[in-house]
Amino acid sequence: MGAFAFNLVAILVVVTAFWVVTAKNLVHSAVALMGTLFGVAGLYVFLYADFLAAVQVVIYVGGILVLIIFGVMLTQKIATAVVVQSSMPNRFLAGVVVFFLFIGLSSLMFRTPWHRGELVETTGTVATIGTSLLTRYLLHFEVASILLLVALLGAAYLSRREHG
Amino acid sequence: MTSFTDSLIELLGGLAWVPENAAGIIFVTVSVLVALPVFLFMTLNAMVAVYMERKVSAFMQDRLGPMEVGIFGFKGGKRFWGGIGQTVADAVKLLGKEDTIPGEADRALFIIGPFILFGAAFATFIGIPIGYGLVISDFNIGIFFVIAISSIGVIGVILAGWASNNKWSLYGAMRSAAQMISYELPVGMSLLLVVMVVGSLQFHDIVMWQEQHRWFLFHSPFTALAFLIFFASGVAEVNRTPFDIPEAESELVAGYMTEYSGFRWSIFFLSEYANMAIIALMSAIIFLGGWLSPLGGLFRTFNLEQSWYFLEGPWWGVFWISIKAIALIFVMMWVRWTWPRLRPDQLMYVAWKVFIPFALANIFFVGIWELLLG
Repeated sequence: MGAFAFNLVAILVVVTAFWVVTAKNLVHSAVALMGTLFGVAGLYVFLYADFLAAVQVVIYVGGILVLIIFGVMLTQKIATAVVVQSSMPNRFLAGVVVFFLFIGLSSLMFRTPWHRGELVETTGTVATIGTSLLTRYLLHFEVASILLLVALLGAAYLSRREHG
Repeated sequence: MTSFTDSLIELLGGLAWVPENAAGIIFVTVSVLVALPVFLFMTLNAMVAVYMERKVSAFMQDRLGPMEVGIFGFKGGKRFWGGIGQTVADAVKLLGKEDTIPGEADRALFIIGPFILFGAAFATFIGIPIGYGLVISDFNIGIFFVIAISSIGVIGVILAGWASNNKWSLYGAMRSAAQMISYELPVGMSLLLVVMVVGSLQFHDIVMWQEQHRWFLFHSPFTALAFLIFFASGVAEVNRTPFDIPEAESELVAGYMTEYSGFRWSIFFLSEYANMAIIALMSAIIFLGGWLSPLGGLFRTFNLEQSWYFLEGPWWGVFWISIKAIALIFVMMWVRWTWPRLRPDQLMYVAWKVFIPFALANIFFVGIWELLLG
């Protein structure tokens, strides 16, 4: 049953990711991206990373995607904008680059001796994550929080500047 | 503790006539069987809540219709069942309405929009228990799952507003998005404090903690304040008066759902009432002891006979949690029919300058309280 569910999630990710890059309308792309991000959260669940899956949904779907949709929506005449504006030579060059990239990456994938770890069924990762964030990775945690604070202040400054 | 899904999988896997390697079939069957009760609950909830809302508004504002309209000559007058005909008429009207899609609308997104909102509410119910062990799936990350999934609803609102190609819809969607995102923060922070005290994200553990100690509402002044912040922000997240600026009838026609009619509009309606139920159930579970009987502590204090404990059985748990949730839904309706709505800037003021600082300070003070008295 796990394999069946995994296949469903994998198909969801691939199909919506394909839709993201092929959609002519930017808002449609953003909506398709929602499926991709959700699917990735599903993949995390299969790795027993339930907390990470929920974080993925909160931050990427509930936060970043909303921001993207906001930005796209507020852009004038976005529905009629043509996203694909490439001439034929450009497309040819892009095709060549993508082809070699594909060859390189897939050869890399097949040559790598993948290490298969033992299957460990864990129940709940929240406590482990919490403990390691406040002990072993405390410095990283604090640095990240200061970075976020700086970003917050910067955003407030930029959006307030016109008044002062 | 086993959940509904676990029991179903076990049951189906154990049946003799289910072939081996039928994982796909079992998966689909379980999904359908799991979705059905949630769907039934949402529909029933909307029907009952709409009737309740009519009655509450009628009693508070002297409205005549919901007091008098009978059905098949069955007239209630100013009684409990008076006006039951209006619910039926409403349902018939909604399903009979023409389903229109504006010519200039973005068809695909116009159709998808309401379903994203509905899907978010639908999926949230999966993690919410309505009694001891009565949960579709008991997640380790219970509370966090609910917050994560319900944060998706806002995308449905934005898409619906944008795809309608109507300025009122877009204004409504913008306001709604700003509001729902802002009020997610105080909701999360006031829940964080409960998680901090209990040490678990699971609903089951939180109720068990309250059984051993006391309800969070009465645990300390700070958790009581957290309950108020959570409930008020929850009402704001559902976009109800006094926080209903996204659909403010007097300024924005109907906000993001202006262009919707008939069946699609009723999906919005269904989601709104489902979200109300979610907020009420979550408050009941997290702050009001969930399925615990309010009389339980009383009996234990006075050493009454064991036979009195029938009030605390698993089925009584469903009764108690429903009573608590319905009482909270009544408060939401009470507020809606008595208070005017806030201005958008006042709304943002309340979220960012009142609720969030208080919720943040609250986390700090609860920590101190637990260290000194816990």
